[in-house]
Amino acid sequence: MNLLIDIVIPIVKMLIIVHMLIIGVMVMIWSERRVSGWIQDRLGPNRVGPQGLLQPIADGIKFLFKEDLIPNHVDKPLYVLAPAMLLVPAMITVAVVPFGSSIELFGETINLQIADINIGVLYILAITSLGVYGVVIGAWASNNKYSLLGGLRSSAQMISYELTLGLSIIGVLMLSESLSLRDIAIAQGEGVWNCFIHLPAFLAFTTAMYAETNRLPFDLAEAEQELVAGYHTEYSSMKFAMFFMAEYMNMIVGSAVTVTLFLGGWHFFGLEQIGGPVWSGIISFAIFFIKTGIFLFVFIWVRWTLPRFRYDQLMNFGWKFLLPVALTSIVVTGTLWIVTNGSQLWIGIGNVVAAFIVISIVAGIFMVDNNKRATIDNTVGSPLSGLDAIE
Amino acid sequence: MTAEHILFFIFGGVSLIGAISVISFRHPIYSALALIVTFFAQAGLFVLLGAHFVAAVQVIVYAGAIMVLFLFVIMLLNLGTLSLKGALSGKLKGFAIILGILLAIEGIYIAVTTLNNPNTAVASSEVAADTSYSISEIGELLFSDYLLPFEVTSLILLAALIGVIVLVKRENQPEN
Repeated sequence: MNLLIDIVIPIVKMLIIVHMLIIGVMVMIWSERRVSGWIQDRLGPNRVGPQGLLQPIADGIKFLFKEDLIPNHVDKPLYVLAPAMLLVPAMITVAVVPFGSSIELFGETINLQIADINIGVLYILAITSLGVYGVVIGAWASNNKYSLLGGLRSSAQMISYELTLGLSIIGVLMLSESLSLRDIAIAQGEGVWNCFIHLPAFLAFTTAMYAETNRLPFDLAEAEQELVAGYHTEYSSMKFAMFFMAEYMNMIVGSAVTVTLFLGGWHFFGLEQIGGPVWSGIISFAIFFIKTGIFLFVFIWVRWTLPRFRYDQLMNFGWKFLLPVALTSIVVTGTLWIVTNGSQLWIGIGNVVAAFIVISIVAGIFMVDNNKRATIDNTVGSPLSGLDAIE
Repeated sequence: MTAEHILFFIFGGVSLIGAISVISFRHPIYSALALIVTFFAQAGLFVLLGAHFVAAVQVIVYAGAIMVLFLFVIMLLNLGTLSLKGALSGKLKGFAIILGILLAIEGIYIAVTTLNNPNTAVASSEVAADTSYSISEIGELLFSDYLLPFEVTSLILLAALIGVIVLVKRENQPEN
């Protein structure tokens, strides 16, 4: 019996979750192409299998049978290592995410989570911060100027937005009084979802996560018009597929983490408590699954709606807007928690008001700065003043 | 031989191999990567000691942030293969030898005293078994017993931050 609990159950959980991730990647690739087709009023892939559902499998087979080319000018060991360095952090982050409450089987209570460690949130931050190496090393080892530019852009972006990612969670951690993702989810089931209490932090976190996953509107690392394909320009066959899979896995894991931290985890207004000890577990899992799916749909939706940021806009946005908002949310949450004896309503209102004030101050500074620059341009002779002369 | 022993030898071995690789690789990028591996293995050792928070911070700060900047600098400067002769010359060589001897003496001293002391082995195994420092305990310690060092560290960091801004910031001057 002990053997079953200690070894068999964790292995089964790992197998299920890893396969769910890989199948999730395939579903995401299919749905991204179909949804993009729908948004752009065209069909998308619909030939292989019903509704084109088998298209990702066909793609995978194609990748496997392509020639695995290693160009002569690359640094071979690092070139081969880089895709794995991106894929592995994306896969192991999922170990601490709770997928549901718990199921009672064979007289044992099984938590729907691989490992409930007491530093869960820090573990996620630590592992995601390692993902940047895959991009940087891949870019450098390719020995190609487009790759290197893409890699440098991507790592600068990931470092900048990592700060916002980490700081915006702190308010949540303060109110939950725990770093374990399971405890945070349970706390939301008993109270209010964190996205209502920490609305500005939630928005900052989501935005930073889009940047961390290198998705539009933050995909400067692989801006097609400028950099061919960015850091994976020199990659082909299955190595390219690994970069591709890592991007989608990061999206799935990121969505799952956001759902756990801010959107109530597996809770949905008491629906997860219906049924016996087995059914409630399955229902909680389904709720989590649907929430993550909706969040992933928003990912795709944003990609096909918003244009790409310019590089200076990206940096200004990250450092001058998102970071102050995240920092304010820490100060306001902490202060109001002491002043109002932990009233969630007041903390929620205070957070939104403070974020508004901070954003307007920053925007005001920006406008003054821009006006100053404009007057300087006029005195020296702006590029446009020449046009006036011609006309 | 418990699982913890096996894990200790794995992490210890990896961190030793990584540390030796840092100085034996010819290319700075490989050295930097070996250093990251070392940090990671040391984080594993911290986990075995029950210091989960320190392990996570080790990975976040050293492996995740500082080494990325190192890699950045190496890539942007496009440093090629370095030879040991070129890197160590003159004064630096004497300094390195003195420092190396000092560190070796220190290491041998610690090893000898620890091995000769019969209490250490027992005590350390008990410590590892009982105490798993939670973050709230570390937080309480930081804001009570270690308040002064903590605040001083934060002031130093603030000074560094201001210094960087002053160095980087350029005044908006009209170009003439």
